Amino acid sequence: MSTATPRPAPELNPFDRPPLASRSAAAESASIGKTGLRFLLAVVTSLFMLLIVAMLIRSQYADWESLTEPWQPLAHPWSLWVNSALLLLASVALQWARSAARRQDQAAMVNRLALGGVLSCGFVAGQLWVWQLLHGQGFGVAGNPANSFFYLLTGLHGLHIVGGLLAWAKVLLAARYLNTAQLAARVELCATYWHYLLGVWLVLFALLTSSPQTFRSFASLCGF
Amino acid sequence: MAYAEDAEHQALHEPRSYWTRYIWSQDHKVIAIQYSLTAIVAGLVALVLSALMRMQIGFPGSLEFVDAEAYYQFMTMHGMIMVIYLLTALFLGGFGNYLIPLMVGARDMVFPYVNMLSYWTYLLSVIILLASFFVPGGPTGAGWTLYPPQAISQGTPGTDWGIVLMLVSLLVFIVAATMGGLNYVTTVLQARTHGMTLLRMPLTVWGIFSATILALLAFPALFVSGIMMLFDKVLGTSFFMPAMISMGQQLDHEGGSPILFQHLFWFFGHPEVYIVALPAFGLVSDIISVHARKNIFGYRMMVWAIIAIAVLSFVVWAHHMYVSGMNPYFGFFFATSTLIIAVPTALKVYNWVLTLWRGDVHLTVPMLFALAFILTFVTGGLTGLFLGNVIVDIPLSDTYFVVAHFHMVMGVAPILVVFGAIYHWYPKITGRMLNDTIGKLHFWITFIGTYLIYFPMHYLGFLGMPRRYYDYEGIAFIPQSAHDLNAFITVMALTVGLAQLLFVFNMFYSAFKGRPAEANPWHATSLEWLTPQTPPAHGNWGPSLPVVHRWAYDYSVPGWEQDYVPQTEPLRPGETEHTGIASDSSPLDSTDSSIAEGKP
Repeated sequence: MSTATPRPAPELNPFDRPPLASRSAAAESASIGKTGLRFLLAVVTSLFMLLIVAMLIRSQYADWESLTEPWQPLAHPWSLWVNSALLLLASVALQWARSAARRQDQAAMVNRLALGGVLSCGFVAGQLWVWQLLHGQGFGVAGNPANSFFYLLTGLHGLHIVGGLLAWAKVLLAARYLNTAQLAARVELCATYWHYLLGVWLVLFALLTSSPQTFRSFASLCGF
Repeated sequence: MAYAEDAEHQALHEPRSYWTRYIWSQDHKVIAIQYSLTAIVAGLVALVLSALMRMQIGFPGSLEFVDAEAYYQFMTMHGMIMVIYLLTALFLGGFGNYLIPLMVGARDMVFPYVNMLSYWTYLLSVIILLASFFVPGGPTGAGWTLYPPQAISQGTPGTDWGIVLMLVSLLVFIVAATMGGLNYVTTVLQARTHGMTLLRMPLTVWGIFSATILALLAFPALFVSGIMMLFDKVLGTSFFMPAMISMGQQLDHEGGSPILFQHLFWFFGHPEVYIVALPAFGLVSDIISVHARKNIFGYRMMVWAIIAIAVLSFVVWAHHMYVSGMNPYFGFFFATSTLIIAVPTALKVYNWVLTLWRGDVHLTVPMLFALAFILTFVTGGLTGLFLGNVIVDIPLSDTYFVVAHFHMVMGVAPILVVFGAIYHWYPKITGRMLNDTIGKLHFWITFIGTYLIYFPMHYLGFLGMPRRYYDYEGIAFIPQSAHDLNAFITVMALTVGLAQLLFVFNMFYSAFKGRPAEANPWHATSLEWLTPQTPPAHGNWGPSLPVVHRWAYDYSVPGWEQDYVPQTEPLRPGETEHTGIASDSSPLDSTDSSIAEGKP
């Protein structure tokens, strides 16, 4: 086996780009985590896209009773606006923690990360509260496919936030054993994940509170 | 610091106790073996189930406990175990885990803890699935596609417990596969060693890498359909369940769409075919190249073909649903895309054959399996062209022709690669050679036997013999000769099934008593054969990572004294690196002396 040989010369074809091992930039310590997270987000995207398409198709059957008609509970979804605000603030807090990471301010990173997580707990609690409201008004999960999809989508989205919170808790618990660069890398990953889930939630929120006419036009775009 | 350099400077934390070394191990090699053994055990269960089904078809009523209910339960479990819990788990969790870090020159997967979690989650899913044999009502008998409404309606076996366990097991499996998949993809993209560019990776890595991406994007479709069906079953929703009267009673469900389930299921189900096939393509390419002592013909073409197949596999799913009825334009679209996928696939077959052409073919056991794969895959693939056309598919769809087609292309072909790959890499995994005589015996019985099982099924299909039937007695249009053929197929199936015991015996016997293997018994070029220890130690590479200077296919290069040049060998002055473009790999290269003249 050879040792101490010169690295191969860079080539033009993008496929021939030298692998990470041969690149020396110090900023790349986090890129493994980033790559893993990007693929995880691709999986999340696939999951919610398929659910959304399934919902659009199912919404075109005769028994669909939209929850957004004036006499229905989601006609004025102020509770969902509150929850959305909480999740938005959580995302902002994590972005704020990220900016602390750029200044290498470890204490601020930890505090802002903690704040983001607490706000997210508030979001999850708020979503459970909305479930309770709906259930209390007699809109059970099996009552109508529109209800079923509401519970399914908010539930799966909430589970993804809870999964994020597990990672968040792990980072917080380990924070004092990590150096600034390590903590910054983890904060970065948390922030990316939260922003993405905020995006997913905004899409879901918009869709779940859309009128039946909107559903029909989307579904006809999909060929239904 | 970049990964590889980091890995080089880190002290290796050897696991010390038996438990952390072999049970709760985070070493990719141990996890690979755990994955493989679990998958093989599950596969043997499914093999026994198929033998029981064949007994009923070949010799109706010979086994009293195989009544119609048991038959459908065996059929469902056989299909699901073979496709998901054996093939998917073995190719990605087994071979992916073992070979990716070794072939790209990494010390381990990039997330070893997640990797360990992936195995234990997979084991949990297998236990949940097999538990359904022991619950009241037994496992589900809905067929491996689990179509609603029958999958969760009374009258289908196992609607109380079996179907719930099946769905939960699938959801757990998907979590496991996702955790593993994130590891494989990230390791390939981020943990390659010095000089290992993407286009110097062996095709095995390319195949597993692309299949993993397919798995990551396609399994969510199964997840969605599984969880929605679970809601329908447990919470009484109507995602898929239409209004219906079952056993004289109006059910609470109404308005659901069974076709929606089919779309979701096959949006997973078709890529699943390639989740199994692409790793097989990769492994077989490497086996052929090594044992024909020639570079793989058209390496870059092979890579692009893998990518093309992966992309196309997402737009052909509805060819599984022609008989469900669809807009004729949809049918036209899906038939066309299905036929187009034959182009990159055929290209791969041509390249394998061209690799063999004028090669120094060694008929070793792995090579025999690889050659048998090409034949079987072509046979199974050609009938796919029949079935891809709507008008041919509709009369053949529910007959044994389809059973023959998918068992050839998706059952036998990949399993031949599994065997070939195990025979090929076993010396590296255990440090011992498998017994050659038993291997050849196993090969010939399996290869000829599977042809004798599945080839006649094409004729049964043309006769119109319907599939999924428990009993064919008294069906007027099925002649006596077909019944005789069925008995023959059963005898062959039992023979092939028993012959697998040879393989199991060989695997365990040789692990202890086999001839000790050299580090590189096949004289191969890729990195996994160049580890300082055999089997590779924890951390794979000793103090420093290997440095790669060339692609993995420098076999029989003119001017070199041995007929293979390891990837770690620097280019000689005047030698140009092989680019992997087909025109470079003309089989006439061996008579071309231009490189030889350039040698010092």
